[in-house]
Amino acid sequence: MAFQIRIRGQVQGVGFRPFIWQLAQRFGIEGDVRNDAEGVLIRCVCVDDGFLNAIRAETPQLARIDAVEVSEIDAALGKGFTIAQSGAKGAETRVTPDAATCPDCVTEIRSAGRRHGYAFTNCTHCGPRFTILKQLPYDRAQTSMATFDMCDDCAAEYGNPADRRFHAQPIACPACGPHVLIEPAAVDPIADAARRLLDGQIIAIKGLGGFHLCCDATNPDAIAELRRRKHRPTKPLALMGPIDVIETYARISDSARELISDPAAPIVLLNKAAPLPDGLAPGQTQLGWMLPYTPLHHLILDAIQRPLVMTSGNLSGEPQVIGNDEAREKLGQFADAFVMHNRDIQRRLDDSVERADPPMVLRRARGRVPGTFPLPPGFEQSKPIIAYGGQMKSAICLTKNGQALLGHHMGDLDDLLCGIEFEKAVADYSALFDHSPAFAAVDAHAGYRSTQFAQTQSVEQIEVWHHHAHMAACMGENLWPLDGGKVVGLIMDGTGLGPDGTLWGGEILLGDYRGFDHMGGLSPAPLAGGDMAAREPWRNAMVRLDQAGLSDWADNLFPNAPRDILRHAVAKGLNAPMSSSAGRLFDAVAAVLGICPMGQSFEGEAAMRLEALIDPAEKHGYAFRVSNRQIDPAPIWQQINDDLRADTSREKIAARFHLGLAKVFAAQARDLVQSGQAQAIALSGGCFQNAALLQMVCNALDDLPVLIHRRIPANDGGLAFGQAMIAAAKTI
Amino acid sequence: MNKMLRDERVTLSHGGGGKAMRDLIQSVFTDVFEPESSEDQARLMSDALLEKGAKLAFTTDSYVVTPVEFPGGDIGKIAVCGTVNDLAVGGAKPLWLSAAFIIEEGTEIALLRRIVASMKAEADKAGVKIVTGDTKVVGRGSADQVFITSSGVGVIPADRDIRADSIQDGDVAIVNGVLGDHGATILAARGDMMLMSDLQSDCAALGHLMEAVCHAVPVRACRDATRGGIASSLNEMAEAAGLSIELDETTLPLRAEVKGTCEILGLDPLYLANEGTLVLFVAPEHADAALAAMRSVDTGRDAAIIGRAKAGTPMVTMKTAFGGSRIVDMLVGEQLPRIC
Ligand SMILES: [Fe+3]
Ligand SMILES: [Mg+2]
Ligand SMILES: [Zn+2]
Ligand SMILES: [Zn+2]
Repeated sequence: MAFQIRIRGQVQGVGFRPFIWQLAQRFGIEGDVRNDAEGVLIRCVCVDDGFLNAIRAETPQLARIDAVEVSEIDAALGKGFTIAQSGAKGAETRVTPDAATCPDCVTEIRSAGRRHGYAFTNCTHCGPRFTILKQLPYDRAQTSMATFDMCDDCAAEYGNPADRRFHAQPIACPACGPHVLIEPAAVDPIADAARRLLDGQIIAIKGLGGFHLCCDATNPDAIAELRRRKHRPTKPLALMGPIDVIETYARISDSARELISDPAAPIVLLNKAAPLPDGLAPGQTQLGWMLPYTPLHHLILDAIQRPLVMTSGNLSGEPQVIGNDEAREKLGQFADAFVMHNRDIQRRLDDSVERADPPMVLRRARGRVPGTFPLPPGFEQSKPIIAYGGQMKSAICLTKNGQALLGHHMGDLDDLLCGIEFEKAVADYSALFDHSPAFAAVDAHAGYRSTQFAQTQSVEQIEVWHHHAHMAACMGENLWPLDGGKVVGLIMDGTGLGPDGTLWGGEILLGDYRGFDHMGGLSPAPLAGGDMAAREPWRNAMVRLDQAGLSDWADNLFPNAPRDILRHAVAKGLNAPMSSSAGRLFDAVAAVLGICPMGQSFEGEAAMRLEALIDPAEKHGYAFRVSNRQIDPAPIWQQINDDLRADTSREKIAARFHLGLAKVFAAQARDLVQSGQAQAIALSGGCFQNAALLQMVCNALDDLPVLIHRRIPANDGGLAFGQAMIAAAKTI
Repeated sequence: MNKMLRDERVTLSHGGGGKAMRDLIQSVFTDVFEPESSEDQARLMSDALLEKGAKLAFTTDSYVVTPVEFPGGDIGKIAVCGTVNDLAVGGAKPLWLSAAFIIEEGTEIALLRRIVASMKAEADKAGVKIVTGDTKVVGRGSADQVFITSSGVGVIPADRDIRADSIQDGDVAIVNGVLGDHGATILAARGDMMLMSDLQSDCAALGHLMEAVCHAVPVRACRDATRGGIASSLNEMAEAAGLSIELDETTLPLRAEVKGTCEILGLDPLYLANEGTLVLFVAPEHADAALAAMRSVDTGRDAAIIGRAKAGTPMVTMKTAFGGSRIVDMLVGEQLPRIC
């Protein structure tokens, strides 16, 4: 008679077996522990409540336990407690996301000892994982570390279950591991990099998932020079600093502190506290901060004692550079020097970008991928699906065995390298997840490269409407059951193809995973010049003002714009498709208030700056015209005009627009729930990255069940997950 | 010329097969084109046909243009140029054309005369003869003034083999002139754009240009970039060659007005129609000679290298001004916005 304890969740490659071994020593348990395809399996002669409680209470930092199941078995177990080696069959089947250097390792590189100042220090609680992995199983031989033979000291730590480096695959020390170099060469690369940064130079630094371009974040000239070289006029630059430096420059709540300190080490958007150069993020009230997450970052920051700009090292629109030669070739025009090393990056992963209050993921990549999401109740028997996502913030999703793997953010598929990366990712994730799809889910827009690529594959495709996918992504993340009843989807988004052939983006949907009815939404307006409308906010202002009978005002606001040609094009229907986009309505309001009317230099700039303006004390919202759930913004323009004439502040006007829009959409959703047609309200679409809008809609619905995004992006980065949910539901 | 027909409009009786029709055909078409045979067929002879190994080239196209007259041309000129070009880009010396007209009831006969005169002038310039034809009259609304179908026959000399699948890694892509003028002109003439500019369609026959360049260097492949623009021609060629074609945004020959207009309207000049633009591929060592030969001909004055073929997935890419590369797709129906 013996027992087995089955542990499910993220329990491999995170120091779980030595953790169990140590507990077994403490509680005097006899038996063994192994990894297998389902997670971790413990066999023991007897089960002790203290032992079971400690498994949950003292779980290693990177582990996540989904279930602990105890059952009786027939087995003859030997004396003592052993760790069974990973055989071919019991190989580690999963790999966890990369994790920031843990406090123990940071202490170690700052202390005397053989890893003093060593840039590749790591242990089972931290370090590279997914970014160095070539293929599963996750073993040193399958990673970039394969070319480094462990020295005797490292081998001893690796083989000792009592050591925090027991089976740490990337284990290394100066005697046997990778090393840092700087180009042009210098004796002490770290000191030389620090000197250059303090001199105002721009340095390319090799990180975990790619190269960054870095400069002193307190030096306005260096920042201006970086922007000039990168042709990046206004898009906010990410910052890195130790927590005490961040606290000097940013207001950081408890939840934000917790998020920024997570092993995922995401970029977290924080409100400014003390001034830094304006050029970091012109017109924004928030800056994106992250903590140093590799020993190399720690060493450089220790040497300069100030915040660093850390922006991705790439050519405009291209993926981040990961190879040393590629960096020399492509980043040479931007960087004065390169801090590199000889541990290869296998997988390109951008930094994740997140918010803490309310929690949301804006860009899901390093530190989060390849984390999985459980599927909601009812999907247990669903068939394996591959979903191809959108066009601009592409990411794919695979579902299998009740789990969804949402891949990393890849960017605009019109870019050649992004497109190549996308095709590789499909093959790569399928191999990693041992996935052979029964169905492929694609956006119904035939112009998306993701959809076109799916058509070259031999899997049967299921077309999914863009905004249904957004809605389902939100439902799925919140574990809304397959048969949980209908939900109202308030989808506020840029543009996506709707079933009527127009471009949707401000919609009220009513439905479930299998289907939906369109109940209403924003009144459409032409997108003058197609996608150009998303680049030049004034175009949206002009068409909306024209609709409201305020053409004269448009003429005054945009005297030098080619209004006549575009009005003509609109009248003739030349590249002016109708769209109910909410994103373009934000652009229109921003343009009227003088926020980058003639052009945004990055996606969402106008809306972000409009959000940043909001006067939080304002309670009044503009009135929209509503009939039959059709929400017409025509009346708000006269209200804005009156406010401007009355010298009402732009801060109040920005707030009134947000409040009015939030209230009018919320009222429609409330009605559908209170009349019994829906059980809950799902908020999704790229506009819900706007924290103020999200908060206002939630406030207006605070007595009703509201589903919001937290770990899956509300933008098109979450689209693939929603597509997969819909395809799975339709094919169960 | 039959006086009765002056200043009149086409009626259904002009298509009835009787005297009215005969008068129309005689005075508007045959008097101008002067076909050699009075039989209902052309009887063709050329020395070029006798060369051993020479091939006959045969092509057909229908032309539907609104408006039928525009700055720099009209539907007749396009019909001649388009068919001549279809022959020329394959290496054929264009010789004979046919022209079949579908005419909407109510069309001004004066307009027909202008179209026919312009066809005749263009044919003479290109050194081809319009040797046979047909007319049909349809009721109001069944056509838009005039539709023309024209077929062409030419001869490919024995030593020429111009085909997209012979493009090699490293070959250079050359265009004969600026891109998108025709498409932009048509938009302007339709009143879709209120353009101040004096844009002209690039509509031109390219037979002489092709003869000049073919005599100078071996041309590997050539296409004319008509509907769907240069992007569509290059995609077809990449597909046929099994190679990728890489363009350079900074060297694309574009008129400032066309570029500006495209920006305003959100259109991509790579997809704008051309009627006198071809793209050809030559080995890199022949690029200079090819450029010189093209520039010696009027229709090749602005010839420029726009990119090169590279081993790789068959697709067209363009290096942007900031160094990235974007994929230049085949046009899939009407382009709908994708920014979300
Ligand atoms: Fe979207
Ligand atoms: Mg043809
Ligand atoms: Zn560690
Ligand atoms: Zn070592």
